[in-house]
Amino acid sequence: MKTVFVEKESYYDSALLMLTSQEVKKTSGVHDATVAMGTAMNLDLLRSLGFDAAALAEATPNDLVIAIDCESAESAKAARAAAKQALSRKAKPATGDATNAAPTSLVAALRDQTDANLAVISLPGAYAAREARKALESGLHVMLFSDNVSLEDEIALKAMSRRKGLLLMGPDCGTAIVNGMPLCFANVVKRGPVGVIGASGTGIQEVTCLIDRAGSGVSQAIGAGGRDLKNERVGGATTLMGIEALADDDETKVIVIISKPPAKAVAEQVVAALERAGKPAVAFFVGATPAPRRTDSVVHFAGNLEETAAMAVALAKGKRYAPRAFSAPETEIEAIVKRETRRVAPSQRYLRGYFTGGTLADEAWIVAHRATGDVHSNNQTDPKFVLADPRRSVGHTVVDLGDDAFTVGRPHPMIDPSARVERMMAERKDRGIAVVVVDVVIGYGSHPDPAGAFAPAVEAMREAAHKRGGYLPVLASITGTAGDPQNFAQQKAKLEAAGCVVMPSNHQACALATKILERIGARRKSRKAGAR
Amino acid sequence: MTEQSRVEPVTALFKSRLSVVNLGLASFADNLAAVGAEVVQVDWRPPAGGDEVVLAALDRIANSEIDVEAANKKAVDILLAAKPTLIDIGVAGEVIPGMTPTTVLHSGPPVTWERMCGPMKGGVIGGLIYEGLAKDRAEAEALAGSGRITFAPCHAYGAVGPMAGIVTAKMPVWIFENVAFGNRAYSTVNEGLGKVLRYGAFSDEVIERLRWIEAELYPVMKKALKRHGPIDMKGVIAQALQMGDEGHNRNRAGTSLIIRELAPTLVQLGEPVERIVRILEFLNANDHFFLNLSMPSCKCALDAARNVKGSSMIVAMARNGTDFGVQISGLGDRWFTGPASMVEGLYLPGYSAKDAAPDIGDSVITETAGIGGFCMAAAPAIVKFVGGSPQDAIAYTTRMYEITLAENAAYQIPALDFRGSPTGVDVRKVVETGILPVVNTGIAHKEPGVGMVGAGLVKPPRNCFRDAVLAFAEAYGAAPASSRSNP
Repeated sequence: MKTVFVEKESYYDSALLMLTSQEVKKTSGVHDATVAMGTAMNLDLLRSLGFDAAALAEATPNDLVIAIDCESAESAKAARAAAKQALSRKAKPATGDATNAAPTSLVAALRDQTDANLAVISLPGAYAAREARKALESGLHVMLFSDNVSLEDEIALKAMSRRKGLLLMGPDCGTAIVNGMPLCFANVVKRGPVGVIGASGTGIQEVTCLIDRAGSGVSQAIGAGGRDLKNERVGGATTLMGIEALADDDETKVIVIISKPPAKAVAEQVVAALERAGKPAVAFFVGATPAPRRTDSVVHFAGNLEETAAMAVALAKGKRYAPRAFSAPETEIEAIVKRETRRVAPSQRYLRGYFTGGTLADEAWIVAHRATGDVHSNNQTDPKFVLADPRRSVGHTVVDLGDDAFTVGRPHPMIDPSARVERMMAERKDRGIAVVVVDVVIGYGSHPDPAGAFAPAVEAMREAAHKRGGYLPVLASITGTAGDPQNFAQQKAKLEAAGCVVMPSNHQACALATKILERIGARRKSRKAGAR
Repeated sequence: MTEQSRVEPVTALFKSRLSVVNLGLASFADNLAAVGAEVVQVDWRPPAGGDEVVLAALDRIANSEIDVEAANKKAVDILLAAKPTLIDIGVAGEVIPGMTPTTVLHSGPPVTWERMCGPMKGGVIGGLIYEGLAKDRAEAEALAGSGRITFAPCHAYGAVGPMAGIVTAKMPVWIFENVAFGNRAYSTVNEGLGKVLRYGAFSDEVIERLRWIEAELYPVMKKALKRHGPIDMKGVIAQALQMGDEGHNRNRAGTSLIIRELAPTLVQLGEPVERIVRILEFLNANDHFFLNLSMPSCKCALDAARNVKGSSMIVAMARNGTDFGVQISGLGDRWFTGPASMVEGLYLPGYSAKDAAPDIGDSVITETAGIGGFCMAAAPAIVKFVGGSPQDAIAYTTRMYEITLAENAAYQIPALDFRGSPTGVDVRKVVETGILPVVNTGIAHKEPGVGMVGAGLVKPPRNCFRDAVLAFAEAYGAAPASSRSNP
């Protein structure tokens, strides 16, 4: 049946009416529904559809017409009610999700955040360079955390950043501290006079934390990216710009540079730039023998991460730097060596380092390799000692578990400790292990409880050695500060509860490990001699 | 690296409160927020949907020797500086350069008679009958298919037409001049709703109305415009946007403003009262009278921005019911086309989606110029087309800022705190963000001659923008990356 209702003097927008028609059609028993204003055109159409001409005749363009084709009078009434309800419905809450939702692009974000001054980019490498370019174009400084950015892109981006006077940190830059704000993987470090520029993340973390723990502080920490100084074509672009900026920064009294050994020409430029800056400077080129300091130069060369921090703090305080191997007195170190080697079995000969921080791993294999000349690592620079399979330790091995070989398709071990736990659990059966060195990196970006997460693996390794009739010393250091969210003291307590010897720095942990290896080796020799 | 660098921005950063845009790991943003930095997390998605061919093309454009940003600024500045002005009304064959008695202009990119959709064929038939070149449908169809008729896009002749957009030699056309640059644009007189030529109707009443426009409306309007003087359309459009129009699907305010503007002049012409009454009633009965004025306003503004070397700004979007096409400032008259889409919309009483023809008409020139769907937030009365609430309309307009080059200070949107309309679509941004231009449109019945059956939004086909970016990279881009990186 076809029924017409005319609602006098009820004007509605035609678009709303079209929507209403659609809704009314959903009423049960309704075949078709038209809700429209009584314009001549609409009335003509409804007449042609067979609706009652007499009923339609009373409608004017100011009247609402509800024309229902339905099964019964009841469904007609229901449809009319549905139409009126639809038309009187209060506006639904705004669904304009695009207005409130997060911006979907850098450009859109800049429309909201008009005072933005820094872009932090941790996208897949292929996209990261594009976004970094856009950020520079938009006048932002950039921290490019991503790796897998091509050399060509890095060169182009750094040329652009220099043209614009903007800082481009990275690519493959894990750490920075800018105006007191920790970026990506960084620690809560006291503010102070030392400005740091580093190629790598954990190198910056270790040095800035040690500066903090030595009672000084950091003005700015700039991540330059792994290739910045190493690659001649990149030419130290970020480092050189960082030096200029720290030179102009009143707060910075001492400048620190941490990098793998630079390309020769680049190293000369860096030293020249530091001399131009004129502020006392400390350079540490990981793995290189420190160059002797020229008396006419402001540049001092350090031999390890801890020394880098200590030198910088001494310079900042205007004190002489007094080199020392260990913070604790010699007698205390000797007591630890004795205690930790007493029950080591004769089959136990090798050092194993399980590292989450790349530069910390470098420091470990370099210290141990200098002592033994026989340390394998996936980070080794001598091809003879590069691990054939990074997943398997052989002899003395220091493994960097943050290497690309381990992080494809899974998070970095500083975020997800499971890769290290698995590796340690798998190697606990290795009778040859004599001493284990580990790093624990806390701070922003890192796992909320790295010590707690791998303490069971430490216990399991020590338990396995104990069951074999031996003993396994495990040496650890914590890269972190008292201000870090993980709670430094609790992390230390957890490591000690698991049986670790916690040293004040990675370098001291590594140095202690070589002492332990020497002691074990000496004992083995004397045992052999005695057997003869 | 020996040159002295400017590092002041870096030392300034050292002392600034960090305001960070974070792209990637959300935990980095959370950490920064925890230590009190201002930070916004971008809900990032791979640009261009991760389409590597397009990304390579975009990179080639970015590495181009041509400064595309500067070229785009030039193009959009021309668009913003335009002064579209209604100066006269004339007869198409006399005022449109190149028009012949056998030329039939149509909407959209070029299309052959064989490929034309129903409403466009109907419009052609009506046009040929109106011209006296055919006496009925059969004759008109035979003539249209004979090769003796020159079919061409309106756009190629400086004209624009809604829906089928048919322009033939005897039709009166509005004459617009962009007085800032001197170029002209043309459009026919909007015929009203119902059975009209632009929807493919060609019955006697349609032809009679066209003849009435020619015989009565045209000479009176010509006199009126002469007496009144030029009408600055930029001002009228700006007012209409403040009054709830967006200049494409809603033209009630614009139509009213034009009537208000012309009525005093019309009554002073000394014409018979009943003639003036007929004309005013004709204007008053058709909310979309203004559409045929807003469209050529946009057309003459955009035409001035054509052929800017190195500009990726879109200067025309148009549909013929078969294809959707775009033209790029830096790529001349070349069309990049994709299949015309079906409109997602609401239907007039008695019609549904099954009656609809694919997307058709040059009216998307309004969006191309930054009004229409781009000003959805200005037209709360028609937000039902975009999801129902004014918030939805605001969201649509807000998104358009992501694909446009500038904001038009002359066209302000009250609901956005009088922000200028998003203006000048950069085809690179469309492809990169995946955000398609919002296009409002009417829906034609698929059969010739039935008329409008609804209105709504249409999604342009993505491939025409993609093809345009690839062609742009060919024309202006640096050599492909593979041949550049030479270690």
